Amino acid sequence: MEAKRAGRLAQTPALLADDARKALLSTHHPDYRADAYRTLKIGPNAGDRTVKELAELLEAGSALSEPLNARHADTPLTPHEKVDVLIIGGGGAGAAAALEAKAAGANVLLATKLRLGDANTVMAEGGMQAAVNPDDSPIRHFADTLKGGHFKNDRTLLKILVEEGPSAVLWLMKLGVLFDRDEEGNLKLRSGGGTSTARLLACRDYTGLELMRVLKDEVLNQKIRTLEFSPAIELLSGPDGACTGAVLKDFDSDRRIVVQAKIVILATGGSGRLHIQRFPTSNHFGATGDGLALAYRLGAKLLYIDTFQYHPTGSVYPEPMSGLLVTEALRSAGAQLVNAPGDRFVSELETRDVVASAVIRECQEGRGVATPGGRTGVWLDIPVVDELHGEGTIEKRFPNMMRLFSRYGIDIRKEPVLVYPTLHYQNGGVQVDPQGQATVKNLLVAGEASGGLHGRNRLMGNSLLDIIVFGRRAGQHAATMAMSVEWGATTLGHLKAFEAARANAGITSDLISPMLFPDYVRKVEKATA
Amino acid sequence: MSQTTTEKPTTSLVSVEIMGKPQRVPHGITVLQAMWYSGHELIRGVGCLGGTCGACGIVYRTKDNFELRNGLGCQTLVQDGMSFSMIPHFAPARASYQMAELADPKEALFELYPEAARCVNCNACNRVCPQGIDVRGSVWCAVFGNFDQVAELTMSCNSCGLCVVRCPADMAPNLIALYARRAHGVHELKPPKRVTDRIAEINAGSYGTEWTKLQKMGDQELAKYCTDYPKPSAVK
Repeated sequence: MEAKRAGRLAQTPALLADDARKALLSTHHPDYRADAYRTLKIGPNAGDRTVKELAELLEAGSALSEPLNARHADTPLTPHEKVDVLIIGGGGAGAAAALEAKAAGANVLLATKLRLGDANTVMAEGGMQAAVNPDDSPIRHFADTLKGGHFKNDRTLLKILVEEGPSAVLWLMKLGVLFDRDEEGNLKLRSGGGTSTARLLACRDYTGLELMRVLKDEVLNQKIRTLEFSPAIELLSGPDGACTGAVLKDFDSDRRIVVQAKIVILATGGSGRLHIQRFPTSNHFGATGDGLALAYRLGAKLLYIDTFQYHPTGSVYPEPMSGLLVTEALRSAGAQLVNAPGDRFVSELETRDVVASAVIRECQEGRGVATPGGRTGVWLDIPVVDELHGEGTIEKRFPNMMRLFSRYGIDIRKEPVLVYPTLHYQNGGVQVDPQGQATVKNLLVAGEASGGLHGRNRLMGNSLLDIIVFGRRAGQHAATMAMSVEWGATTLGHLKAFEAARANAGITSDLISPMLFPDYVRKVEKATA
Repeated sequence: MSQTTTEKPTTSLVSVEIMGKPQRVPHGITVLQAMWYSGHELIRGVGCLGGTCGACGIVYRTKDNFELRNGLGCQTLVQDGMSFSMIPHFAPARASYQMAELADPKEALFELYPEAARCVNCNACNRVCPQGIDVRGSVWCAVFGNFDQVAELTMSCNSCGLCVVRCPADMAPNLIALYARRAHGVHELKPPKRVTDRIAEINAGSYGTEWTKLQKMGDQELAKYCTDYPKPSAVK
């Protein structure tokens, strides 16, 4: 590994040609493993393929399916709360939506499964894209992103993302978000996989943490009512199928809280904790795809649920760190991917799906390095960064990475680390229009729970921008809508229809969704009496 | 972090005490994984599982050592003879403010967080901080109005609150730092001209012609356009 370092510094693996890239993806990307997928039998996406783990949850029953049989599904539930806008999810998208809805005068309630701010947002290390440099433009941002998404991105959404990017940056700065700056006060920008120029704003390698703590502080300062440890377990619908609220579960009392709302915004985030295809994940504990299951039962169409992002560089050693992200910004800064024989095997600046496929290929073909925990990975040669940019670069730019590895005695300034793809992002999600409107009336979706914007592969730094741009839009739109929307009946009518569809399709699984949490508690066989 | 705790241990077991109760758990796992291993269902005290969200503060002692230490449950490995408990929440006095409307944020600090001036330099916060922040330094910088330095010192703060637990002056250094950071951004830094210029350009419709062209393109033409989009160096 070290012996060949000098030689490797001189090498620059070329970007792959289109056909070679496609071939690599189809042979080695997890999205192409046919046996990991199945076809959905019921719901708005019946006939579409998705991974088995998600399919089970989408077709699962509701925690409210049971009492449904004993009671009339058309009888409205008595609301405990009545609000203009109910926001489900307390990450970046939910917080941004809450701030805008409140600013527009709406009565807002934000409910979240863990604490406000416990979300994937907080873990985003690499940065946020925005075309603010003189040599950049929204058009260039658009072209890069479309290319990265394999031209499947919703172009209307994408145009909004890139055009509103700079305004989103300004909005955040006016809230006090401290992006890295140069001596002249301009934003320091970095390149990332798939960006043709430096477009990533960052706060060291704590970008998401900085965004989230400021947004959270502001949500509290604006006195927006929040219910923590209270996830949604079902949505409510009126006779016309429109969303009219949600049923929350209060973890402390185990009580159900019925919230009647004119507009519901789902901002429940991603699904890494489903451990799709048994992959480890970089996601936070609550990332179990709750919003997808809730929206699907209510009849919302999903998009691109057959594609997930496996971040190429998840840590595989030491074992307690497995799945944790080793930021892509390190590769942008020159860190090299190296196989067991000591050679580079892919351009580190290819898009995430391509790099991940190349790492999987190396490991499958025997050029990986085995860990004591039984995993396989390739080297990420981080010390090269200091060789390229001068001593102290790693320490200055990647303090979080340094700290995380130093807890296990690994000094990333001196030693390479072992990496393998980790389940990182849900490329698809609930289909939305530019205001976040799903195909179900009065149901809006923002952030990772939505789909379409990123096509079939998201570029680094576009997710933080997504949650701000579209979180804000959803909040503004919800507040406007709430002025004219009438209160609807809070029934479980949709659930009756969904249960009928399940019965028709012969689905007998007693699985309940949303899953809420992965089950990591060790199962011990009970001793026989 | 994955579900390693649900699998059969391949390594040796160590003896620990979880909230006072003796347990045998595999060597090499984290405190949170040890909780799962010993049958605890966790809702509070778990967050990102990556050392960034600050949800999982713990208090622990190591074998034959009277010293009480603090750490993050997802980042602390178990060791033989260790005793630990979770501190899932602390109760700091959180100030509420409209940041943009503060006339003098340096003065306002003493109205919002008067306890900030009560630091006795005991250094307990610095000893406890799992992020290695100079917490005490950041408090003094805030008190002296050097908010830019607070920002520099506290970038990695995840608000785990362990400094609050230990502070004999009953202050919440993490919240004081957050206030100072935001005040620095809102009141002391100007938005870069490049950002405001670009926004003005977009609002003036400077890219309108190009968008119209793009929107008329078919899939293949657009794909070619994106693929052939000139590198920045080639742009005037």
